[in-house]
Amino acid sequence: MDFTYTILIPLIPLITFLILGIGSFKIKPNISGFIGTASIGTSLILSLYTAYKYFFVVGNVDGVFQTFYPFKTVWMNFTPTLHIDMGILIDPISVMMLVVVTLISFLVNVYSIGYMKGDTGFTKFFAFLSLFTFSMLGLVLATNLFQIYIFWELVGVSSFLLIGFYYTKPSAIIAAKKAFIVTRFADLFFLIGILLMGYYTGTFDFDTLTSADSAQLAQWTSVSFMGMSIITFSLILIFIGGAGKSAMFPLHIWLPDAMEGPTPVSALIHAATMVVAGVYLVARLFNIYQIADDGLALEVVAYVGAFSSLFAAIIALTQNDIKRVLAFSTMSQIGYMMLALGVSGYEGHEGLGYMASMWHLFTHAMFKGLLFLAAGSIIHAVHSNMLQDMGSLRKKLPITHITFLIATLAISGIPFFSGFFSKDEILAAAYHHNKLIYFVGLFVAGLTAFYMFRLYFGIFWGREVAHSDKVHESPKSMTIPLMILAFMSFAAGYIPFSKYVSADRKGFHSHIDWSMATIAIITAFIGIALAFVFYKKESKYPEKIANAFGVFYRWAYKKFYMDELYFFITRQIIFKRISAPFAWFDKKVVDGTMDLVGNTTVETSKKIKGIQSGKVQDYAMFFVGGVVVIAMIVKYLFN
Amino acid sequence: MINGISIYEILTLTTILFFIGIYGFFTRKNLITILMSIELILNASAINFVIINKYLFPENLQGAIFSVFIIAVAAAETALAVAIIINLYKMITSVEVKDTEMMKY
Amino acid sequence: MERIIFYILAAIIIFFAIASVNSKKMLRAVIYLLFVLIAISGIYFMVDYSFLGAIQLAVYAGGVIVLIIFSVLLVHHIELSLEMATVKKRIIAAIVSLSGIALVLPIILQTKFNVVENSKAIQVKDIGEKMLSYDKGGFILPFEVISILLLAVMIGAIVIAKGSKLEK
Repeated sequence: MDFTYTILIPLIPLITFLILGIGSFKIKPNISGFIGTASIGTSLILSLYTAYKYFFVVGNVDGVFQTFYPFKTVWMNFTPTLHIDMGILIDPISVMMLVVVTLISFLVNVYSIGYMKGDTGFTKFFAFLSLFTFSMLGLVLATNLFQIYIFWELVGVSSFLLIGFYYTKPSAIIAAKKAFIVTRFADLFFLIGILLMGYYTGTFDFDTLTSADSAQLAQWTSVSFMGMSIITFSLILIFIGGAGKSAMFPLHIWLPDAMEGPTPVSALIHAATMVVAGVYLVARLFNIYQIADDGLALEVVAYVGAFSSLFAAIIALTQNDIKRVLAFSTMSQIGYMMLALGVSGYEGHEGLGYMASMWHLFTHAMFKGLLFLAAGSIIHAVHSNMLQDMGSLRKKLPITHITFLIATLAISGIPFFSGFFSKDEILAAAYHHNKLIYFVGLFVAGLTAFYMFRLYFGIFWGREVAHSDKVHESPKSMTIPLMILAFMSFAAGYIPFSKYVSADRKGFHSHIDWSMATIAIITAFIGIALAFVFYKKESKYPEKIANAFGVFYRWAYKKFYMDELYFFITRQIIFKRISAPFAWFDKKVVDGTMDLVGNTTVETSKKIKGIQSGKVQDYAMFFVGGVVVIAMIVKYLFN
Repeated sequence: MINGISIYEILTLTTILFFIGIYGFFTRKNLITILMSIELILNASAINFVIINKYLFPENLQGAIFSVFIIAVAAAETALAVAIIINLYKMITSVEVKDTEMMKY
Repeated sequence: MERIIFYILAAIIIFFAIASVNSKKMLRAVIYLLFVLIAISGIYFMVDYSFLGAIQLAVYAGGVIVLIIFSVLLVHHIELSLEMATVKKRIIAAIVSLSGIALVLPIILQTKFNVVENSKAIQVKDIGEKMLSYDKGGFILPFEVISILLLAVMIGAIVIAKGSKLEK
């Protein structure tokens, strides 16, 4: 089957980036918005066509979905075992990601035409969006570890550029730097993991890595390190890289600050696409994760995911900036995805966690993207991010209200909305594997419902906001994407995902376990009811509860002092104790040596320049002396 | 040739005279005294020519004639050097070497 | 007998040469030089080369020394003490000179000279003939060149000593 046209899917955004980037001063805003949107739209159509072709026309051959490599070339060749390839990989999850990335990117582009109107950097914004889309598509279509690493870094760069888009705001610049540095730090471990993996297995290719037979695997795992095989160790390192990008604890500190970027950026990058790159990475390497040391690395993944999920949900309860609440919510949901991968098996129905994780990725992209875009619409109307500046907006922003409500219902896991289906499968998979993780997941589901509805009631109900007569609904370019995403938030739950995406690529039939689902629904309703009581009308309950929790409330509000801890470690320990001596060494010893060489030369030349005294007699003396010496040498040494 | 004196002694004499002249050239601080040291050098070489001609090649006269030339050239050169010194004196009113160190770094 | 005279002349030459280069008074240095030159002409007379001895006396002792004395009188206060070089410089110069002697003297003393014993006096007639002869071994060319040289020196000396154009 011919999939060679898929090279166009990442290439078109790249060319758009170059055109918009180079011509950013000459192209008018209307045209650049149109170019950006049209190019991503083309990629979207190609991706949908690919999905249709892959899942329906080609379908599964002998019950297994095939992997296609439309392109595979050696880019840099060092030795037979070390070479960097570039290529395109078509398999169920990459096709799914293609659809997700291009769809959300397209909708964000349309939205940005309205949201960024009048901004001086309008064309630049669309150029960066195209760059990001290209990087993410390249990441998704990667055939080997090095290629995914290269595009990983490119995505990080795009994120940096977009977070720091309002470059005149100091907080935005700091946030961009923080995001880049934290993810780069995580990528250090990623790289070490890649190199270890490559060294011990002799390959970087995903295909070779994931289809290893037991003999090869035994050879790979023969080396042991710290009580586990070297392969597991490198897989954990690779996971750390993924955790950095996906904002898992303790590398999550950049995600709340990344909300300094424009809201479409938050929707695209920090909700739907870039932050799921870590999940995608683990899913890519799932086979080895599963097999190495009986899935020891997967346990790490599961626990980190569960803990991050809980951690973020607790913090989200207390925040007042709506974008920060959504950011922590994202971290929590990604924790779910990691958790689901961690508890998953491989064969058929055992692979429920894998399928649920991918499904949740899909639905989360839809409803979280919607939540962020709607938040952007609200912020655009009210000109503030803070919850206390909002209230009773349901009459002024009708479309935003309805779509926000649909997304909130989806994220809380209410039946008939997509989030319910995917979250339920995650909880089911967790229940069969590890009861502790199941209870954590259940508790977090309740918390999620609570804080999301706190947000909903706080924005659209409650007391009237000041200057309410100036508040108006957003233009069509902003509301149409909202409506499309609302539809997807509803409909995505009805896709028979398990038939198409599964760990062993065979597809299986999954059904809803209503006994488990009921528990989850009840938990969600408890959360909604509490939020209703506390927040629908103004009441004293929230304050009383907050005071009752006292110190714990304070800790959660301050995000558990993680930022302060990081500052302490870096400033007091690393800068003062470790970097300062090195800097001293560099300045005094290394520079000192160079200065010494220079000064010695100067001093010597000062002494020697006396030879040029201008006195002819001295010149004659040197002359005669030299002749005598040379003559002596010739006479006595050579005769 | 001189009876009883071998060539070696005379050549030793001229060598010593030559190097005394060189020593004087290095050491003296007055332009005219430097000139005088040069005279010593030239005279030493003139004696050399004559002696070698007389002792080793008595039939030829080349050494003898050449020494005439040497004396002529030396005298001419001294005259010219004195002229230059006088000109210099007109400019800087001094014939000390330390006032002529223009090529100093 | 000749030996004694030669040794006396040699002693005069060396002693007065050293005195000349070390003297603190200008005129004395010149006079010492005069003595050296006269002694050198004495050596010329001893090798039966009277012509050159006469030239030496006339040109050097008469011409050059007088020239130097006149220039000294022109530019100098004759009683002025000459400045001497520093001790360090003198020692270095002495070392260089002595090393030069140490280089040259052994070579001279080790060379085998084929000395031809004779007492042939050098005649002025022979010199004159040789000087103006066109044959092989004739010195007519250097003779003419020297005369041109002397001419050039005369003109040059006048030009230089005159300085720039006659001003007010």
